[in-house]
Amino acid sequence: MDIRVQNIRKEFSRYPALHDVSLDIVSGELIALLGPSGSGKTTLLRLIAGLETPTEGRILFGDEDASRKSVQERHVGFVFQHYALFRHMTILENVSFGLRVRDRARRPPRAAIRQRALELIDLVQLKGLEKRYPNQLSGGQRQRVALARALAIEPHVLLLDEPFGALDAQVRKELRKWLREIHDRTRHTTVFVTHDQEEALELADRLVVMSQGKIEQVGTPDTVYDHPNSPFVFGFIGESSCLDVAVEHQELWVGGRAIGLAAATAADGPGKLYFRPHDVELVDGDACLVGVVVASRRVGGTRRVELEIGGLQQPVEIDLPFDHPAGERTRIAFRPKRWQLFPAAAA
Amino acid sequence: MAVDPSAGSALAAAPRRKLAAGRSVPTSERPAVKWTLIGIAVLFLAVILLLPLVAVFTQAFAKGPAVFLKALSDRDGVAAIKLTLLVAAIAVPLNLVFGVAAAWAVAKFEFKGKAFFTTLIDLPFSVSPVISGMIYVLLFGANSALSPWLKTQNLQIVFAVPGIVLATIFVTFPFVARELIPLMQDQGSGDEEAAISLGANGWQAFWYVTLPNIRWGLLYGVLLCNARAMGEFGAVSVISGHIRGVTNTMPLQIEILYNQYNFAGAFAMASLLALLALVTLVCKTVLELRFGVAASRRH
Repeated sequence: MDIRVQNIRKEFSRYPALHDVSLDIVSGELIALLGPSGSGKTTLLRLIAGLETPTEGRILFGDEDASRKSVQERHVGFVFQHYALFRHMTILENVSFGLRVRDRARRPPRAAIRQRALELIDLVQLKGLEKRYPNQLSGGQRQRVALARALAIEPHVLLLDEPFGALDAQVRKELRKWLREIHDRTRHTTVFVTHDQEEALELADRLVVMSQGKIEQVGTPDTVYDHPNSPFVFGFIGESSCLDVAVEHQELWVGGRAIGLAAATAADGPGKLYFRPHDVELVDGDACLVGVVVASRRVGGTRRVELEIGGLQQPVEIDLPFDHPAGERTRIAFRPKRWQLFPAAAA
Repeated sequence: MAVDPSAGSALAAAPRRKLAAGRSVPTSERPAVKWTLIGIAVLFLAVILLLPLVAVFTQAFAKGPAVFLKALSDRDGVAAIKLTLLVAAIAVPLNLVFGVAAAWAVAKFEFKGKAFFTTLIDLPFSVSPVISGMIYVLLFGANSALSPWLKTQNLQIVFAVPGIVLATIFVTFPFVARELIPLMQDQGSGDEEAAISLGANGWQAFWYVTLPNIRWGLLYGVLLCNARAMGEFGAVSVISGHIRGVTNTMPLQIEILYNQYNFAGAFAMASLLALLALVTLVCKTVLELRFGVAASRRH
């Protein structure tokens, strides 16, 4: 089901959590709300679910205005960060809860409810554990029960709040892959909140990057990674290095040297140059950045080198393959391969 | 990821067992210290709690079971027992409902004056029970503003059962709420949110999710409330008027018998009251044994 968020504003006792947020979610897509804590991503998710009421604006489910509907009427499957499983119920009772509380007219017969719940427990790969209680399961298993429980009501939209936030790295990775598989099989419109950019990049069809109650950028993971539209997004998604530059004669200058990057459209004046540390080429010659190595350490398969460049306050980081001969040098000359220039004031 | 959790817990338990079997666990006391502490606690319990209880029962049967039974089957005695049970039967369910509602309001909602409200719940604990009784005498007694109206309605509150019930409710109000507030605050409203997002209405969320989550705290609060409701002396004493066979509850009856030097009768009644308290405790323990293993694990 398409979901349209229109000009939503939300205040918590005078403190604004969201300012004028609009977002279109297409039926069947897997979309990630990504941002640092306090960016309003969870608030937006809870507004879609109906667990919060917007101060202004409205939310459409299909063509229907959902703002007036209660949580129950919205048919959302909500998966909570800390699972919120019913601890006094078995896994089977938990998963079938949404069907059991329906009024008599819409409630399937007992056997059908059991059947459906068992199918879902099977889908989340917990077959045989239906008689256990939540406290007898591991964190990853509990999260899967929570998902099965949310899927049982055949929701119009599946909402997940930091679904893997409380799990260790190994389990996170596994569940991530598995959630993608479940989504591809069931095709539920899915919105999930995360502060883990790797999770968002790997899992989502589209990313919504949020900061301080506003949406910064919406796009596919590739678009957002390759063409961030603000210094914030550049810094938040993936690794980034930043340095102060000057724009003059449609070229970039650092410390009185042209660095060999042309900026045809930029206005003259100070600017901020952003690039990915691994996205650099080592060069010889005049028009490049030259730095003295102040620190160099190996991080897994790469070597992270910190360079002090003449005319800059802050050292700049670049990544080299760990066995690259340049790693032994004391001076390195390089040029970013892909980069982006932002006005100095915006950063 | 089909890890058998029982295998996991067995693994986790293994080092613990090893530690227990080992000669010294680094964080535990030396045996001498341990037994001294246990000894002090047991001795204290025996002298302060157990001895008086035993004394009550021995005194009650001091002149033989015939005197004991006679004291209890006395007309005024039976009336006192009935009245006590009646008052508890009215006050406890009402405080159960009030207590749950108050705890719900404090734990799940934000509102202005919440701190004041929470303090107010504690008021009956901080005020002397005698004052609680006097409040109702002032409110509904012969010299009160309400008195003429009450007379026209033919309602007798002071020196009658309604007054005793009111005073008992007042005195026992905090037990359920106090027990539930920290529990419900700790649990938050995540489970209820999950329930309503799954389509449950408010009543279903309460019945199937909230109530099972708080049942042990609730039971404990109700038992404490009940024990106090049956045993309350001060507030009831002020408002009851001590009319024999009509407004005397068991504690008041005990005092009257005692003041008349009828020790056998007084202790017979006292032993029955103590027995009621013991029965409540036994009920709680039995319930906990029956469901409690799972319950304590789940809380």
